[in-house]
Amino acid sequence: MIPFLRNALVNIRANRFMNGVTIITIALSILMIALFALFFQNAGQMIQDRSLGGRAVVYLAHEFDPSGLPALKTAISALGQVEEMTFISRDDALENLKAEMAGQTAFLESLAENPLPHVLDVRMAFQGDLQALAGLAEKITALDGVDQVEYGQGWLGQFLKMFQLFKFTGYVMCSLFVIMALFFTANTVRLTFYARRTEVEIMRLVGATDTFITRPFYGAGLLQGILGGLLGLGILGAVYLSIVPNITSRLALSGLVEIHFLHWSVIVGLVVGSTFLGWFGTYLSLRQVLK
Amino acid sequence: MHCVMNPESQKEFMIRMFNVGKRYPGKVALEDICLDVRAGEFIFITGPSGAGKSTLLKVLYMAETITQGQILIDGMNLARVSRSRLPFLRRRFGMVFQDFRLIPSRTVYDNVALVLEVAGEKPAQIRKKVMQTLKVCGMVDKANAFPPTLSGGEQQRVAVARAVVGEPSVILADEPTGSLDAAAAQKVMDLLTFYHGRGATILMVSHNLDFPDFHVRARNIALNQGRLVSTATIL
Repeated sequence: MIPFLRNALVNIRANRFMNGVTIITIALSILMIALFALFFQNAGQMIQDRSLGGRAVVYLAHEFDPSGLPALKTAISALGQVEEMTFISRDDALENLKAEMAGQTAFLESLAENPLPHVLDVRMAFQGDLQALAGLAEKITALDGVDQVEYGQGWLGQFLKMFQLFKFTGYVMCSLFVIMALFFTANTVRLTFYARRTEVEIMRLVGATDTFITRPFYGAGLLQGILGGLLGLGILGAVYLSIVPNITSRLALSGLVEIHFLHWSVIVGLVVGSTFLGWFGTYLSLRQVLK
Repeated sequence: MHCVMNPESQKEFMIRMFNVGKRYPGKVALEDICLDVRAGEFIFITGPSGAGKSTLLKVLYMAETITQGQILIDGMNLARVSRSRLPFLRRRFGMVFQDFRLIPSRTVYDNVALVLEVAGEKPAQIRKKVMQTLKVCGMVDKANAFPPTLSGGEQQRVAVARAVVGEPSVILADEPTGSLDAAAAQKVMDLLTFYHGRGATILMVSHNLDFPDFHVRARNIALNQGRLVSTATIL
């Protein structure tokens, strides 16, 4: 293991500038991926915490008789993915409205008839999947006794569309950075290989196998990957520690929105990923130069 | 013309070449070479520039592939050596070149040790063998020096040490004394003679045979324009 590392370091030292550029490129790609991972992790948590997209209000038809409620509940449950249902009668709804409007209820007293419908508050077993929610809402609307279903079609749709757009942008940018990192790694290996061509030729003459010759290059690739990954995560960690507490306190978001750093499993995954990136770039390059 | 097969047993020969030819586009480097080399022989390969001397060595360690004929090394047909098996074939040879071909960024010790590292020997064994060989070659006090800091004669002795440390059965030397003064050349010849005495088969390319203190029974193979023109025993 020690000669393996020593030879890898010799390779890195032989071409410091290019190896430095490669490590920085890997670091940037990992930083970019980690940044998006941080966003999705926290946005996902927010969606889950607030049950965004996981709740629908089913307005029942005016002529609906509460005696038909058990049958309706059974029919909705049969559609699947429903976690909980709460019935709010039109009288309770009116009382709730009065309570919410406090002193401005005089006009409600003048109503000859309660205009509010019976309501079923339905909590879904999933969040954030607008298409599934729309499908389920459509099925509920088709049931007898149901007038309409409200699940935040307008704002939720916009929010989830933006979320999807971010996701797409994230994928594209991360892919571009990964390709760039691969290109730099492969190019650095190629240049180092050519710089050490005489040495490689001598090794071949004395009976070195391709595995023996390429081992230090793979070692250097793995080291570049690890160092790049740690550097990228280190930069994100430093930015997180210096910016996030300020943002949350200034915007008085503490308590409302908590921004957590990446989960340790994501950190480990990113370091493993960056190591793989270094290895794969080396593999692509050596496959060509050894032909 | 076909080679006249030597009636002796195959086991007697370390190297056998049957009608070996090597052609480059527009040029014949070797043509119809027939040669049997017994185990433990000392062979000089001589001839003018462009005679095909170096090419003859190159086809043996497969730096070049032949375009005609067959070569057997210790009974192994080179035509059947795959790319993946080539490193193992080369470990049977020790090679010395006129331009030394040492790795300048590695110490003398590391240059010599490379052969054993490549063969997967254990570090303790490597240290022991390398130091023993450097001692024989008179380079033990330069073990930590880098090749560019050594004289030509010293670099060539390191190259010989590298060639012999793995105890190969055949040593191929391509003009090892070509760039050395007489004293340094003699030291290199002494080393080759020493290892020949320990059983190595040696094929050495040389422009001339002017080695006053060389007292080993050897054979001189003369080449001209890619053809073997004469064979003579020296001493």
